[in-house]
Amino acid sequence: MAFLYALPGAVAEGLIWGLMAMGVYISYKILDIADLTVDGSICTGACVCAVLLSHGAPVWLSIILAFLAGALAGGFTGLLHTVLGIPSILAGILTQLILYSVNLCILGGKSLVAIDPRANRLLVHMSNNPASILALVILAAVTITVLWLFFYTEVGLTLKSTGDNPDMSRAQGVDVSRNKVLGLAIANGLVALAGSLLAQYKGSANINDGRGAIVIGLAAIFIGLSVSLKIKPNFVVSLIGVIGGGIVYYIVYNFVILLGLKTDYLKMLSAIIVAVFLAIPYLKSQYFTKQKDLHSEEQSAGGGHHA
Amino acid sequence: MLKITNLQKTFNAGTINAKTALDGLNLQLKDGDFVTVIGGNGAGKSTLLNAIAGVWRPDFGTIEIDGVDVTHMPEHQRAQFLGRVFQDPMKGTAPDMEIAENLAIAARRGTKRRLVWGVRKAERETYRQLLATLELGLENRLSTKVGLLSGGQRQAVTLLMATLNRPKLLLLDEHTAALDPKTAAKVLELTDQIVQKNKLTTLMITHNMKDAIAHGNRLIMMHEGRVIVDVSGEEKKNLTVEQLLSLFNQASGGGAVSDRMILN
Repeated sequence: MAFLYALPGAVAEGLIWGLMAMGVYISYKILDIADLTVDGSICTGACVCAVLLSHGAPVWLSIILAFLAGALAGGFTGLLHTVLGIPSILAGILTQLILYSVNLCILGGKSLVAIDPRANRLLVHMSNNPASILALVILAAVTITVLWLFFYTEVGLTLKSTGDNPDMSRAQGVDVSRNKVLGLAIANGLVALAGSLLAQYKGSANINDGRGAIVIGLAAIFIGLSVSLKIKPNFVVSLIGVIGGGIVYYIVYNFVILLGLKTDYLKMLSAIIVAVFLAIPYLKSQYFTKQKDLHSEEQSAGGGHHA
Repeated sequence: MLKITNLQKTFNAGTINAKTALDGLNLQLKDGDFVTVIGGNGAGKSTLLNAIAGVWRPDFGTIEIDGVDVTHMPEHQRAQFLGRVFQDPMKGTAPDMEIAENLAIAARRGTKRRLVWGVRKAERETYRQLLATLELGLENRLSTKVGLLSGGQRQAVTLLMATLNRPKLLLLDEHTAALDPKTAAKVLELTDQIVQKNKLTTLMITHNMKDAIAHGNRLIMMHEGRVIVDVSGEEKKNLTVEQLLSLFNQASGGGAVSDRMILN
């Protein structure tokens, strides 16, 4: 019973994290960059939104500015990587650290800024899960549509090719550096947008929000893709899968809490989920490579294979 | 079409591993020249192609393509003048993208990419017809991910991509070396067809002396970062592998012929 009671909240929070995971999908899956900026930019989104709301700004403006702040952070990581030649993973860590100070500054030196749900008209809040879920589903549908349209434009295709094969991209006149900056900006914009929703839902922005967000994002991606790739390996189905992955993650999360697992261990649990999903394809490939080697040996032994 | 003047490049300069890859190289190509490039390992053949493509900047010298000085132009900007096929069949195509998408990206080389549909319907029909000319059965697989194709198929698609919007210069870097002999012959035949049909100015590196003689209208041999033999026209047509080897020995003072070249 308690589980059923917690379910709507889990779905709402899962949808928010699913939106965030779509941002991670862009950096990790499309650009092929493990971007650690997200741990900071999700919090930036939350802080920007909370502070703006507490100053009486309308909710739509707060969300848009949160998106832009995240995009700025992502673009900064991109510039560190492409202009200064810092390895992408380090560039992300550096920005993340910078963002900690920036976020504190946004919060005015406090570690928490509360959002009053009675004073502000919020898009989502935990006091009204059905309405929140509806708003989030619509937002997710709009986001998926926009991303789908974008990634099939001339610009979008080169963003995909940038991650898929940078050599080919450059040879075809694609500015790989610019694309990385653009892609990281979009990815972190989305992550910060999710952060702004998270702050609204919880009714506050905390300086420690978003720690380990990258891991939750990856977990949502792996859970989602493990199903959606089997159904139909295309872009839209993958994105829907990622959202679904976020929801499944939060349902499991709530379930585990109800089972009595101490919340202290939850971050470890997410990390283990990600490690397992990362290990599976590697272990599989190890196994299949062996099979292949045997096969080609047979071939060359039988047919006088010419190298 | 191409004018290279006194091109120099030393890798790891100032260290014990310093290697002079290009040593004051001069080369001019006329419009429509199909030049085959041979030379031993480390002669600077790939370095030359990479210099033209802009993978890195030369230490000294200039490169002009059709009168435009591209010496300091970044790689992706230079691409508007160039079509490139690499030795590694995996390098020229995006594996996780459809054949049509790969071709569409290549078709927009040198144009500003916009926020409009990336592969238009009418284009697909054009690509279908072009793929049919490869005779590899790819014309009905426009939506297939390139990663599912064989190395030879991928190389043929790359060749198509490189020549889709007529480049001023086609750079082929041993593009058949990683293929089995039968596929290599097929890709070379396609290369000849495409180059002739579009009258492309071409630089083709090969390790195979017979291929170097059989294809193109001019042959250059490189050694230690310079062009040491340059034959064209009738003289090139009547060349034999033996003559080529002796030319090579004369010009390089012996020792330049690698085992791999003799085996070929």
